Amino acid sequence: MRRPKRERFLDGMLHWVGLGATLFGLLVLTVLLVDVSLDGLPRLSWDFLTSYPSRRPEQAGILSALVGSLWLLSLTALIAFPLGVGAAIYLEEYAGRTKWSRWVEINVANLAAVPSIIYGLLGLEIFVRALFAVTNGRSVLSGALTMSLLVLPVIVLASREAIHSVPNSVREAAYALGGTRWQVVRDHVLPLAFPGILTGTILALSRAIGETAPLITIGALTYIAFLPPLSLEGLRTPFTVLPIQIFNWISRPQKGFHVNAAAGILVLLAVLFLMNATAIYLRYRSQRRLEL
Amino acid sequence: MHVRVEDVPRRVAVRRRRWGEKLLEGCLAVCASVAVLTTAGIVAVLIFETAAFFRVVSIWEFLTDTQWTPLFVEKHFGILPLATGTLLTTGIALSVALPVGILAAIYLSEYCPEGLRRALKPALEVLAGIPTVVYGYFALLFVTPLLRQFIPSIAGLNALSAGLVMGVMIIPTIASLSDDALYVVPRSLREAAYALGASRRQVVLGVVVPAARSGILSALLLGISRAIGETMIVAIAAGMNPRLTLNPLVPIETMTAYIVQVSLGDTPTGSIEFRTIFAVGFALFLATLVFNVFSYAYARRFRETYR
Amino acid sequence: MNLATQGTPVGEPYVVEPSEPVAVEVQALSVWYRSFQALADVSFSIPRHRITAVIGPSGCGKSTFIRCLNRMNDLIPEFRMTGDIRLEGARIYEMDPTEVRRRVGMVFQKPNPFPKSIWENIAWGLRINGRRHDLAESVERALRRAALWDEVKDKLHMPATSLSGGQQQRLCIARVLAVEPEVLLLDEPTSSLDPIATARIEDLLIELKDRYTIVIVTHNIQQAARISDYAAFFYLGRLIEFQKTEDLFTRPRCSMTEAYITGRFG
Repeated sequence: MRRPKRERFLDGMLHWVGLGATLFGLLVLTVLLVDVSLDGLPRLSWDFLTSYPSRRPEQAGILSALVGSLWLLSLTALIAFPLGVGAAIYLEEYAGRTKWSRWVEINVANLAAVPSIIYGLLGLEIFVRALFAVTNGRSVLSGALTMSLLVLPVIVLASREAIHSVPNSVREAAYALGGTRWQVVRDHVLPLAFPGILTGTILALSRAIGETAPLITIGALTYIAFLPPLSLEGLRTPFTVLPIQIFNWISRPQKGFHVNAAAGILVLLAVLFLMNATAIYLRYRSQRRLEL
Repeated sequence: MHVRVEDVPRRVAVRRRRWGEKLLEGCLAVCASVAVLTTAGIVAVLIFETAAFFRVVSIWEFLTDTQWTPLFVEKHFGILPLATGTLLTTGIALSVALPVGILAAIYLSEYCPEGLRRALKPALEVLAGIPTVVYGYFALLFVTPLLRQFIPSIAGLNALSAGLVMGVMIIPTIASLSDDALYVVPRSLREAAYALGASRRQVVLGVVVPAARSGILSALLLGISRAIGETMIVAIAAGMNPRLTLNPLVPIETMTAYIVQVSLGDTPTGSIEFRTIFAVGFALFLATLVFNVFSYAYARRFRETYR
Repeated sequence: MNLATQGTPVGEPYVVEPSEPVAVEVQALSVWYRSFQALADVSFSIPRHRITAVIGPSGCGKSTFIRCLNRMNDLIPEFRMTGDIRLEGARIYEMDPTEVRRRVGMVFQKPNPFPKSIWENIAWGLRINGRRHDLAESVERALRRAALWDEVKDKLHMPATSLSGGQQQRLCIARVLAVEPEVLLLDEPTSSLDPIATARIEDLLIELKDRYTIVIVTHNIQQAARISDYAAFFYLGRLIEFQKTEDLFTRPRCSMTEAYITGRFG
């Protein structure tokens, strides 16, 4: 009986090769993080966070990029969250299985897979050029509108899933008491789905904060030496964001800027980590509450 | 029938409420239609600008010319160099992500203890959450110098390191979705095979993977679409030199990188150079759309098989 | 289960007209889910302030039937119906569905309290129906009517899910009673409860029938015999027999009814 022995060997092979494949990705991730940390950690300082960009790498900082990212993030959240949740409510609670709702569904699924740079082309043509009067061209508002369209499908998908997981018995009970559709959604479905919606939205926004390509396309600048005023007019000012600043520094030949890029990456990753940790914490807390 | 007095004001309230309900439903429908409008907007913008482009450049030249030099004095508008650039980096990425992703999926769903799976899967998905500009940094300043140790002739900007890093980036897309597909293959199917005396490997490769093939294919197609549309890694590490080659060691330019290149410059809007990015964008959109549509179709077919 | 194996042809249903005033009148009701016909040509009158039991083997259309009475079926996209249902003479499918559901309350098979406090469970129905004054009084009255007040009065702000199954079901009844419906529909309300909790709910229903018209779906024949005044026997989507419970159980007119109540199938 030679076969079983050979088979046991092959089975073991597949097991170990599979484990190796799984760990390969994690290994690369570790190497990446170590490499960036080694390059960037010594450069991190309070000055780096609070300085404007400069031609001299050792004086340059990420203040305007960091503030720009936060502006963009808040604006995108303000625009995309209500739109996404509204669309999800409509698809789950109102539309039923009509042709129209299937069409919207396919659209959302496809949009989630459209390359981000295509959204940049859309933003350039619509928000920067056609709506120039409103957005003042290459402004933070144009950027946020573009980003909102980019993250919208992700928010819709996550919110739908959260709404879908609300047990039907709750809806039935509420309708049977004479609740209108909106009363049922507002008082019962949304409160139960909210943690899931929030988690999904934060994850979607964390995608937005790392995006570079569409913002380059709509023309975010790399050299911004001022902060936008906290007003409606501030929405119409030019902007930059962390990933663009990092990209700019990477493309310079001097080693000093590469170090700056690594330090900027660390800041970007820290922001991302915070957002993801919040999302995971919210998910964990809502799971515990459902189990109680 | 008895009418109670308190019912009368209620009727008025009901009528007013029904109005509010209709209004709200309308608002929600508008939210939902944004998705459709976005798609329509993308298609309209791309078609509009591309049509303007093709009024100057013939489709024939666009598809067959072997040079892409719209920013030079002597202009050529052949998309082939950009297309081969995209093909090259995508191919390299897939040669990493395909085997690694599917093997990882097999391990996660068939060999891995459940507790470990719950830890490993999100950890792997972190890879998909790393901003692409970070991968670009890694490709340019870590992987390329590393490769130079083994291939001294490799250029500072090249398709190989960009493709390899892009491959790592799409591992979780392929691994996670394939794992989902393998995981839902019914227990009864596995048990039937085990009952015939098959080893785990024989069950996995002979029964489970074939049973999940449309799900895995869907994951794969989505991975390809990601690779085609990926921008920053190739813009940073693969170069901005459109050339018709499949040599992975020299600088090239992908379709996405070209759009970045033009966007970084100060090309006047409305010029032919400006319109090239929409023509290239249109080609990019169509390419990814094909893969997305097939991916979606296979995913649906898979869901319908095991519900 | 198949008509052919029973060897009993489907004849004309035996339906009596109740001697009491009628609360709900059902005429030629047929229901489809997509192409599947769930109910066929059901006609009978439900007497006011009595308990009417709807019995029959599973899948006979009992639940579908009572879900028509408060238009809960409207929420199912594939639902389609013909025929007429009148509540105190008014066609319910021409009324506002929320209005119908307020006047025709419903309790479900599994207790489904909102995952909120006991208080909120009762108060929500009151609030959406525009009764914000005397909320505390109305909540107490509803809980008393459902014979739950003494058990929960000290923990009104505890989550409703902390109650036992039987208490949860009585809370669901209280929640319906709070909005003061005319008709109370119960879809196998005790099927997930133990015998003691079941007995409490049965006692409660008998107490409530002075004020409400009650329609209860049950697959428990003894339960129907214990508490109902009238009984309707459904089989394969048709109404086979409707008459006083006493008569239905002692002198069934249709052989199929007899087979069912003597436990020969179902």
